[in-house]
Amino acid sequence: MLDLEFMRLAFAVGAIVGVLAPAVGFFLVQRRQSLVGDGIGHVAFAGVAAGYLLHISPVLTALVASVLGAVAIELLRTRGRAAGDQALAIVFYTGIALGVVLVSSAGALNVNLFQYLFGSILTVTRGDLVLVAALGGVALIALAASYRALVSVTLDEEAARVQGLPVAALNVLVAIMAATTVALSMRIVGILLVAALMVLPVIAAGRVAWSMFSTLVIAVGIGLVSVLVGLTTSYYADLPPGGTIVLFAAGSFLLCSVVDAVRRRS
Amino acid sequence: MSLAVELRDVSFAYHGGPPVLEGVDLAVGLGEFVAIAGPNGGGKTTLLRVVLGLEQPTSGSASLFCEPAARCSRRSAIAYLAQRAQAGGEAPVTVREVVSAGRLAAGPLFGQLRRSDRVIVDEAIARVGLTASAARPLRTLSGGMQQRAFIAKALAAKPELLVLDEPTTGVDAASQESLAELLAELHGELGVTILYVSHEFGAVEKFVQRVVLVRGGIVFDGAPHELPGLWHDPSHSHA
Repeated sequence: MLDLEFMRLAFAVGAIVGVLAPAVGFFLVQRRQSLVGDGIGHVAFAGVAAGYLLHISPVLTALVASVLGAVAIELLRTRGRAAGDQALAIVFYTGIALGVVLVSSAGALNVNLFQYLFGSILTVTRGDLVLVAALGGVALIALAASYRALVSVTLDEEAARVQGLPVAALNVLVAIMAATTVALSMRIVGILLVAALMVLPVIAAGRVAWSMFSTLVIAVGIGLVSVLVGLTTSYYADLPPGGTIVLFAAGSFLLCSVVDAVRRRS
Repeated sequence: MSLAVELRDVSFAYHGGPPVLEGVDLAVGLGEFVAIAGPNGGGKTTLLRVVLGLEQPTSGSASLFCEPAARCSRRSAIAYLAQRAQAGGEAPVTVREVVSAGRLAAGPLFGQLRRSDRVIVDEAIARVGLTASAARPLRTLSGGMQQRAFIAKALAAKPELLVLDEPTTGVDAASQESLAELLAELHGELGVTILYVSHEFGAVEKFVQRVVLVRGGIVFDGAPHELPGLWHDPSHSHA
């Protein structure tokens, strides 16, 4: 399997995505914003469509659209007096509507588009790997450096604001990291399922973890294993990678729930 | 006397609605321990949010440490324990993680906690008697112990002003008394200015220097023993 270059590229990109998605998703889940990744994914769809229309890299246009969408959700939530789910709904539906119109205009309702929607291990290029490694690395470094600050805001946003911490900037940082993750992950997992890889490992980890930090570490482990096992299974069983990866992540939730139940009983 | 908090003729209404506060004048000196009480819906929490600069008064002015509250440069010296303080989201946050979060404003924003900060965190945990539970998830502790953890988080900031909004909600009577004694110790030994906001202030009545009653405005501001009898909380004994 690893003799094939496209599989080596898929594993390399997948490993980065497997670490990055749960690490960023950790903060979304703790803030009870688990569906934000899904909303950003739908805006990324509009970005991919714009890329086809303008004949430039769909990954780059999806990245730009995702960042704009994520920041819009955050601004609507904090300054637009829209409840979190309303802010998400506004951006979510605007994104998908824009995507449908742009795809139709570009005449791009074809197999290539489906690769972005559902993921494909055949489409990852060396250029993708460079982009994912560079932006993923920056996102992980930013996350590690700001971990304590993000935890503090997550625990009590208002108390953090009273103490003069840059709460708005930290919230926008999380939004931008979430958008970056969505754009980078869509080649492997697909736009429609990328949010699942951000959220399911974190929820699963929360069942067996003993602290916030252990939740993050376990979630990253589950994300990484889900991607690697999912890609392998996808290759040998000829299954779509996105769905296979997410099913393994969902399976981890089941496994962690059983471990938690056994632990409580004993 | 230097002032920690000052409100001058403050009125406030939410989004053009009816006034929640009208003509409020309040001055709290550094080192005072003040209970702000009153019925639910009387405007206590709103008053607190104006004091902390989280809401802008419709008219009048709010100051913190003699600076406009919204632009106060000494915010890291304020610790705020909000009503129904959260014990994190989905993850099982530990006591130490909660208390460490309180050290952020006083230390570096990015990177690891410094060794000196970790010492302060451990001291704060010890101060509230939770050393043995420091590694335990908060959600496995009683309501009273959780509130102690949040007090420790506030202490980790080494605050000059400690603001608590309804800190005894969901806490049993014995834990309320214990919490009040802890606050009295902190006030006595560290000289921290404390604003204790609650609809029931019986637990702290014997420790505070002033009680301020709020019902749309300030209807009483004086020593606890000057309170009209009907305001005393019979569920707590008083010295």
